[in-house]
Amino acid sequence: MYNCSDLKKGLKLMIDGDPHVIVQYDFTKPGKGQALYKCKLRNMISGALFDRTYRSGESFEPAHLEEREMQYLYQDDTGYVFMDKKNYEQIVLTDDTVGDDKYFLVDNMEVEILMHGERGIGISLPNFVNLRVTQTDPWVKGDTAAGNNKPATVETGYALQVPSFVEEGTLIQIDTRNGAYVTRVKE
Amino acid sequence: MEPNWQLARKQATIIKRARILEKIRAFFVEQGFTEVETPHRIPANAPELHIDPVASDGWFLQTSPELCMKRLLAAGYDKLFQICRCWRAGERGPHHLPEYTMLEWYRRDCDYYQLMEDCEQLILGLVNNKSWAWKGEKIDLNIPWPRLSVADAFSQHSSTLLSEVTDVNFFSELISTKIEPALPKNKPVFLVDFPVLQGSLARTKPHNPNQVERFELYIAGLELANGFSELTDPVEQRKRFEEEEMQRKAAGKPAGPFPDKYIKELQTLTKAAGIALGVDRLTMLLCGCETIDDVVCFTPEQL
Repeated sequence: MYNCSDLKKGLKLMIDGDPHVIVQYDFTKPGKGQALYKCKLRNMISGALFDRTYRSGESFEPAHLEEREMQYLYQDDTGYVFMDKKNYEQIVLTDDTVGDDKYFLVDNMEVEILMHGERGIGISLPNFVNLRVTQTDPWVKGDTAAGNNKPATVETGYALQVPSFVEEGTLIQIDTRNGAYVTRVKE
Repeated sequence: MEPNWQLARKQATIIKRARILEKIRAFFVEQGFTEVETPHRIPANAPELHIDPVASDGWFLQTSPELCMKRLLAAGYDKLFQICRCWRAGERGPHHLPEYTMLEWYRRDCDYYQLMEDCEQLILGLVNNKSWAWKGEKIDLNIPWPRLSVADAFSQHSSTLLSEVTDVNFFSELISTKIEPALPKNKPVFLVDFPVLQGSLARTKPHNPNQVERFELYIAGLELANGFSELTDPVEQRKRFEEEEMQRKAAGKPAGPFPDKYIKELQTLTKAAGIALGVDRLTMLLCGCETIDDVVCFTPEQL
């Protein structure tokens, strides 16, 4: 069982018999008052989004979902297409199911697809992915401070802050759990 | 290997933070305060329903330096301040760290009105300007900052009147969901005069035994400081601590040892007032940072 301190974005819980994923999470607590754990949840079967606020002392059943190793192929009008490498069976995940995970999907990437019967209802991403920078301002010569940053966009359309020395075309590693830059990748 | 950029990128803020700490110290020294250091690891914290201490080798890490600092006041010290670490189990969010930096200051022969003026002067001095902006919102700092009683806040922003609220959890729920979101973002506000159940170390109002002389300072909706006229009646203090302990037990939380020396020495303290201010949150406001992660060298996740 999980308790309130385990709650975080991406955690999967069973609620009323259905698997749910936390898509947004906030913790508030007035100084002398009780903590409120505010979650936006998505029902992984129906796709329904709703808000729930939990209080200390509540506990949660983890959602144990069958995972299948698959390869991401491409995106088309129907959604995101994945293939089981053992039997070549293909499944499609809708935009709503993929959500913000779309920013961390690159062609041919291997991921775990969370299954509900024969249906894919979510993705379990690796903790780190490598993505190429497609747009960022040029490095200003003389700007050598290690801590300086600037906005950048990567090949999936995801925007983040990167160090000033990162240039267009650079392959960078991103932590999928918080969406933050980690390091440049040697090629 | 490339330097850790998630640490490197905070360097400019960490330099500003060091300057803010220097200025806070200068402000209090200028006014004749003495900086003290009391132990971080203590046998007992003040019991509070919703503050869980971290155990440390049979004792506890402090959730606030208040008990030690008030014992010094009771021993005859005056005008004390401290900048120190405090620990509160399980508190982690965009405005919370389980280990964080607290500024506390205490005065003898004063009440909470003096502390509100201290807040105004301290923060005006740090900003060095009559207005500044945070999260795109301009904040007007002209003093005096408005004071809004908790009772008025409830009648203005909640469909429940304060007089109808008897349950402590329902009270804090309304504060979180109705009152805090409705507070003005464009100027600081002191929320004043809390129900007695929400201020176990604060003195009751002279003409209203159900309310205490306690305030919370909010800037841009961020809860920044909690101050009060100190309760100095040891009998009443013991009773309030016992009530908090009973509530903790009812909530299934472990009871801690009682701060007996504190209660005993309280009888030599006459009038006093004290306040705790979150230094990390103040730094967020002053440096334009949106999360507490951005103003500390390391978050727990980065260790």
